[in-house]
Amino acid sequence: MAAAEAGAGRAVFQVRIHGRGGQGVVTAAELLSVAAFDDGRHAQAFPSFGSERTGAPVVAFCRIDERAIRTREPVSRPDALVVQDATLLHQVDVFGGLSPDGYVLINSGRSLEELGLGDWTADFRAGRLLTVGASEISRRQLGPSRPNAALLGGLAALTGVVSLDSVVQAIESRFAGALAPGNVAAARECHETVGAALAVFAGA
Amino acid sequence: MLEQIEGSVAVARTVARCRPEVIPAYPISPQTHIVEALSAMVKTGELAPCEYVNVESEYAAMSVAIGASATGARAYTATASQGLLYMAEALYNASGLGLPIVMTVANRAIGAPINIWNDHSDSMSQRDCGWIQLYAESNQEAADTHLLAFRLAEELSLPVMVCMDGFILTHAVEQLDCPTQEQADAFLPPYEPRQVLDPAEPVSIGAMVGPEAFTEVKYLAHLKQMEALEAIPSLSAELATVLGREQGGLLTSYRCEDAATVVVALGSVLGTIEDTVDRLRERGVAVGALGIKAFRPFPAEDVRAALGRATRVVVIEKALALGIGGILAQNVRNSLGSHDAVVHTVIAGLGGRPITERSLTKLFEEAVSGRLEPMTFLDLNSALVERELERAGARRRSGPHAENMLRDIGVVAAGPV
Repeated sequence: MAAAEAGAGRAVFQVRIHGRGGQGVVTAAELLSVAAFDDGRHAQAFPSFGSERTGAPVVAFCRIDERAIRTREPVSRPDALVVQDATLLHQVDVFGGLSPDGYVLINSGRSLEELGLGDWTADFRAGRLLTVGASEISRRQLGPSRPNAALLGGLAALTGVVSLDSVVQAIESRFAGALAPGNVAAARECHETVGAALAVFAGA
Repeated sequence: MLEQIEGSVAVARTVARCRPEVIPAYPISPQTHIVEALSAMVKTGELAPCEYVNVESEYAAMSVAIGASATGARAYTATASQGLLYMAEALYNASGLGLPIVMTVANRAIGAPINIWNDHSDSMSQRDCGWIQLYAESNQEAADTHLLAFRLAEELSLPVMVCMDGFILTHAVEQLDCPTQEQADAFLPPYEPRQVLDPAEPVSIGAMVGPEAFTEVKYLAHLKQMEALEAIPSLSAELATVLGREQGGLLTSYRCEDAATVVVALGSVLGTIEDTVDRLRERGVAVGALGIKAFRPFPAEDVRAALGRATRVVVIEKALALGIGGILAQNVRNSLGSHDAVVHTVIAGLGGRPITERSLTKLFEEAVSGRLEPMTFLDLNSALVERELERAGARRRSGPHAENMLRDIGVVAAGPV
C-alpha cells in the first residue's frame, strides 16, 4: 500500500494543507485527523494562524501515527502537501521541506506543466504529484466552491494514508443538512478521478 | 469514550460537566472557542441551571465571577493575554477574598507589539496574584485538570487558573477522553461555600484591614496556598482512580532517574522536549525532562528532589522578565537550596515562534557538552537585532524597532506563514 511505502522507516505521516482564509483549510486538517482516528490511528490536526482574514494564506497541519503524538511543532518536512488554491504556488513557499518521496495534490483543472511546474516535477517520483479540479467537482456536487472535502477524497486515493470510508464518515460527522451528502459526493468523485489518474501512471 | 476533538471543545464539555452556575465571559483569541461552546450549551439547555453573562470587558467578567462566587454560585470564566491583564485588579480581589473561581487561560503573548500567538507572558505576569496556577501539557490533561481545579478551588476556597497553550492546544484536534458526567459528579461534590453572602445570615466580606492585621491576613493566604502542595497530589490520585488514567500531580518526571542534564519546562512544549529526550537517549546522552504542572504554589521540595542527581539544569521558558531574564529559572534556582547544579535559562517560543526538535537537540547537545551560556534565546536572529541596533545608533530618529525589523525580513504587517 502506498502509505506503508511512504512511511517506510518513519511511522509518522505528516500532511500540510495550504489554502486561503475561508476555504476550509483548518476544517480539512481536522477532517483528515478524524478520518485517521476512525481508521484506528493517532492523529493531530492544528492550524498555523496568520492574520485571520478571508483570502489570506492559511496553513494547517495533520500528523498521523501508530503511536501517541507528543510533538507540537509545525510540520516543516511534510510527507504530503495539499494545495487548495493554485494561486498560492507563486506567492508562498508551499513546497518547502517536501521530500523527493513526497506526495502533492493541487486543486487545479490545469496540468502541472500548464501551472509552470513541469521542470520542477522531475525531482519527484512519478505518480505522486497530481492536479485535480476539486473546485469544479465541488461546484458540481455541492454548489459552492468548497474544495477541501473533495481534496481529502483525492488525498486518500493518492496516498492511501486514510481510507475513503473514513473520509466519508468524517465528513458526515462534521457537516449537517445538504452539506454532508454534497461533500461526500465530491470526496467520492475526487477519489475516483485521482484513482483514474494513478491508473494511467501505473499502466505507463 | 475516545473522541477526536478540538482542545477548546474538550475543555468546554468538561467545564460543563463540572456544573458551573454562572459563566461571565468576554471573547478574546485564542480563548474564544471555549466560551462560545459553553454559551451554546447554556442556550440549548444542555448546561442548566447556568447563567451565561456576556459582559462588556474582562474586568467585568472577573467582577461578575466574584459576585457570583460570593453569593454561593460555582463560577467559571476564561481569558487570555491583554484580557487577563485587564482583569488584574479583580484577580487579586478574587484570591484575597478566598473565592473559588476557576478560569482557563489560553496562553498568549502580551503586546506591544501586538501578537495573538502563544507564549506564557500573560499567566506569568499574574503569578503572584494569589491564584493557584496549573499548566497542561496536552488536551487530555487540560480537560482533566479542570475537574481537579474546581475540586481544589472549593476545598481550599481559593481561585485556580488552568493554563493551556493558546492555539497549540486550544485549536489542536487530537484524541482524548472527556470526563463523563458520572465521573465528574463522582469526583466533584456540589459547591459548599466556606463563606457566603446570604440575606438570612448577613455578613460582610472584604473589610478594610490596616497595619494591625494586614500582614497576618496575607500570611494566612500564603499558608492556604501552600496547602495546595498537599492537596494537589492527593486529589490527583483520587481523580486518577475516578478517570482511570494517570494524573500529573505537582510535576511530571520523564527519564530523569539517571540524567545528568535535566530540562525543565511548563505546558505543551514538554511533548516536543520528551520526543527530543528519547532521540538523544537513543544516542546514549543522559538527559531527562521535568514538567512543572503546579507553578503556584511552586513545588520547591519536589523540584529539588527531582533534580537531586542532575549536575546541569536547562530551563526552557516561554516568558521573558525584562531586566532579569527567566521567571521559571529563578523559581527553580530558588528551589535547589545547597544543591549546586548549573541552571541555564533558555527563552523560547515567544509570540508563537515554533520550538522545534531540531533546535532543542542542538541546545541540549550544547548543554551536555558545557558549551551553553547561562542565558540564551532559542533561535534568536542576531543579525536582525544587530542591523536594528546599527540603525538606531546611526541616527536618533531611526523609526520604531518593530516596524523596522519587519521591513528587514520582508514582512509588511503579519508573521511569516
